[in-house]
Amino acid sequence: MALAVVLILLVVGSVVFHFWSPWWFPPIASNWGTIDDTIILTFWVTGIVFIAVNLFMAVALIRYRAREGQKAAYEPENKKLELWLTIVTGVGVVAMLAPGLFVWANFVQVPEGAAEFEALGQQWHWSFRLPGKDGVMGTSEIAFVSQQNPFGLTPDDPDAQDDLLIEGDPLHLLIDQPVKMLLRSKDVLHDFAVPQFRVKMDLVPGMVTYAWLTPTAIGRFEILCEELCGIAHHAMRSLVVVDDQASYDAWAETLPTFAETMAAVPGDAAAGEALYPVCGACHGAQGEGIQLLNSPKLSGQEDWYLKRQIINYKQGRRGTHQDDLFGRQMAPMAATLFDEGAIDNVIAYIGTLPDTPAEATVTGDVERGERLYEICGICHGVNGQGNWGVSAPQQAGMSDWYMVTQLKNFQRDIRGGHPHDAFGRQMAAMAKILGDDEAINDVVAYINTLQ
Amino acid sequence: MAYVAIADQVQELHDPTTFIRKYIWSQDHKVIAIQYGITATAVGLLALVLSGLMRLQLGFPDTFSFIDPVNYYQFITMHGMIMVIYLLTALFLGGFGNYLIPLQLGARDMVFPYMNMLSYWIYLLAVLVLVASFFIPGGPTGAGWTLYPPQAILPGTPGADGGILLMLVSLIIFIVAFTMGGLNYVTTVLQARTRGMTLMRMPLTVWGIFTATDLGLLAFPALLVSGVMMTLDRVLGTSFFMPAVVSMGEQLDYAGGSPVLFQHLFWFFGHPEVYIVALPAFGIVSDLLSTHARKNIFGYRMMVWAIVAIGGLSFVVWAHHMYVSGMNPYFGFFFATTTLIIAIPTAIKVYNWTLTLWRGNIHLRVPMLFAIGFIFTFVHGGLTGLFLGNVIVDIPLSDTYFVVGHFHMVMGVAPLMVVFGAIYHWYPKMTGKMFNETLGKIHFWVTFLGTYFIYLPMHYLGFLGVPRRYFALGNTEFLPDSVQSLNASITVSALIVGSVQLIFLYNLISSLFKGKPAGPNPWGATTLEWQTPDTPPTHGNWGPALPGCYRWAYDYSVPGAEWDFLPQNFPPEGATIDSDGIVRSTDGTPA
Repeated sequence: MALAVVLILLVVGSVVFHFWSPWWFPPIASNWGTIDDTIILTFWVTGIVFIAVNLFMAVALIRYRAREGQKAAYEPENKKLELWLTIVTGVGVVAMLAPGLFVWANFVQVPEGAAEFEALGQQWHWSFRLPGKDGVMGTSEIAFVSQQNPFGLTPDDPDAQDDLLIEGDPLHLLIDQPVKMLLRSKDVLHDFAVPQFRVKMDLVPGMVTYAWLTPTAIGRFEILCEELCGIAHHAMRSLVVVDDQASYDAWAETLPTFAETMAAVPGDAAAGEALYPVCGACHGAQGEGIQLLNSPKLSGQEDWYLKRQIINYKQGRRGTHQDDLFGRQMAPMAATLFDEGAIDNVIAYIGTLPDTPAEATVTGDVERGERLYEICGICHGVNGQGNWGVSAPQQAGMSDWYMVTQLKNFQRDIRGGHPHDAFGRQMAAMAKILGDDEAINDVVAYINTLQ
Repeated sequence: MAYVAIADQVQELHDPTTFIRKYIWSQDHKVIAIQYGITATAVGLLALVLSGLMRLQLGFPDTFSFIDPVNYYQFITMHGMIMVIYLLTALFLGGFGNYLIPLQLGARDMVFPYMNMLSYWIYLLAVLVLVASFFIPGGPTGAGWTLYPPQAILPGTPGADGGILLMLVSLIIFIVAFTMGGLNYVTTVLQARTRGMTLMRMPLTVWGIFTATDLGLLAFPALLVSGVMMTLDRVLGTSFFMPAVVSMGEQLDYAGGSPVLFQHLFWFFGHPEVYIVALPAFGIVSDLLSTHARKNIFGYRMMVWAIVAIGGLSFVVWAHHMYVSGMNPYFGFFFATTTLIIAIPTAIKVYNWTLTLWRGNIHLRVPMLFAIGFIFTFVHGGLTGLFLGNVIVDIPLSDTYFVVGHFHMVMGVAPLMVVFGAIYHWYPKMTGKMFNETLGKIHFWVTFLGTYFIYLPMHYLGFLGVPRRYFALGNTEFLPDSVQSLNASITVSALIVGSVQLIFLYNLISSLFKGKPAGPNPWGATTLEWQTPDTPPTHGNWGPALPGCYRWAYDYSVPGAEWDFLPQNFPPEGATIDSDGIVRSTDGTPA
């Protein structure tokens, strides 16, 4: 009897939970409202079955509970009943399947005139590519992937030259424009998912997969990786911004073409030397870093990392949080480097400075730090040497007090909290793994032992 | 020479005499069943603890410093693999299959007892290799239980050095063990049934286990070859599943392989695997319902054909696990259709279970509570499967917590409900003792309600878009703060359900010593295992003569009969049933 009552309560409770719980799809922002409709339809069909079967069972439990002198009926089969139940079930199945397949046919067929973008995944971040003026995307090959050509585009493919590249920044889409996404991966499986768009698809290395949608709402949405891709799977995020025509055009204007990135000339160290004194005033003449001025060591750090951070400062992605006192000092200084050429030059000069390991100032439990570092080392290298391939800067020999400050900043979203700082966001998610300040000291103390 | 059926052959019983031959190197199917059961339970407890640890991280992130992404992914991977393969498959087939097939068919043992023994020891070896991966540098693999390449064998995934190899080797060993056991079960069912035990008189338990074993024999080879191929990719640098990749900024020497090929092979095994677990559960629960409702199973023939049809269809639905895998999307039409067709025989089984209750005389003893709990859970999990099977509906839900909720309901909680019900049901036969009813009821209520509180909300996390296999959600703009409180409450439920399993184990062990004698047939059941001359049954099961079989397994409450059940060995010419539920000839000798 108690069981029957509980079954009834569970059925009623589930229905109440369904209608009154606050947890449901985020508001849709694409053309795929039909997907939502098929889900609602499936809910009705399955909901009715759920209620009917369980209530029937509850009634049976009450009516036919064991009683003295009662005997069960003997009824091996009832062909007619079984046939009817089969037919009714079949009808229910068709009612769900048929509309579903119609929507699927729509999903499979990309509409004529759809625009295209490519999402390129790697452990653990996203890059994007647009076909450029010619409307055709160039070919690509894994063998071409290098620091200068992270997309692995075929260097002499004419179609590739005007392709627009977006690395680390959000993707923009034009509202009401159907768009086909071409998905490509450099290393392992990933999955391009935007919950508000409803559609998602895996990225598979060795092939190009696709899906399509039409964005229908202006706004900013989160891109998540939804196929397990290793230990930083949860940190593999990006953003997609749906724009009106004017903002979209303005954004597309700013994107570099493949040809431009390939033609970029290396910085000129001699020209950089003239610019460096502004930096050296705080960071030291040899880029050795001055703790009293809260300025970290620069010499020995990887050029691509220094460049990305200066640009982050210049564009307000770093050094704008009100609690980031030292970052806020750096931001106006970065602004004095007026263009990309100047940045390249000064970084080239920093590359010529001697890389003497910074003095150790942080103490902690090195043994525990070594265990904690296992995760850090996957990207930053077992010797803390850094790895451009996963956008991880060098740690060995750099200012340890600075790493402590930055890890704390990352943990508190003081750094990496800006939505457009994709790599910072990724690091913020990873820094939170370390937990308390003691763990930070331990891991940095271990980094001090690395050569 | 005239053909003599195994049941009619004169068999000499070589009763084991030493302790070792009797309990360790035993060839007795009942001892092997219990060995399988204990090993599977032990490794299952490990998997339960792992799930508790992963729930701690999800419910209370940034709280437990000993859980980082590396061991988190190792926990989820090992939890999944152990539960699916090393617990459920081993327990249903190696455990219940071994114990019940010969007894329910009126046989003395499996037809290949020596191979049966080997099967267990090789299974144990597979378990030991698996557990060993916890103790090697780098630890076990954290690739997710699906072990998808390229990620499973590349840096960035825990255990990509040694853990994945031990995992693959352990699976290969497991499949060897399973094949030995499986061939044995199939041959025994086909060849060693007692006189009169036609296929259409077999209890549904045997039908479920028999069909599941057939599925296993056809499906596991796909896992075997994919395991071998991935091992070669990892060790020798072949490129079966490995395309050209840049891993951590480094060009690797692989080229031309297909990660999607692995997924096809994996799910060609993986989907039948769902039914390898589900079909024995379907069979067993049918017998539990019938016995405790004192009513014949409704629509026996339909039930048998449904099991066979589900088994057959389970081989043509595998790619519904791959709707977003990047395979040719046109496959979606085919696999969505086959998948939803499978709902029809499955629904028939559900209807027939509930119709078995209708006009019954229902005794809500502990095994029956679990059987009803199974129906509720299975209906829930089966219906959410209709969302995921219908390709377009799957797209937004794939890789979210909806999937986690669905498969835990349908192939975690539902089969475990049957495992618990079955253990309570046959415990008196296996030990001769009755378990503690009160503890059994506490176990049921906490497990049944607790798991619902765990998994129902997960479906709604899935609608919200919460991805599965995330170490932490971090700052995700579209998720409300309530997600975290929901996760915390799920964790609390999970810990309660996990700890109540200790009551179950305590009940099993303490009842061995303190339980009341149960008698040979405490439930008044009709199947042959309840008619053994000794309880627990001894070596050879039947004493001098095998029982005959004269009727199907569901003669409960037959009109005009003196008793409310007629066991399968109750002869047409009449006999009596004594107060222990044992059939006696009218002159009082054993039937």
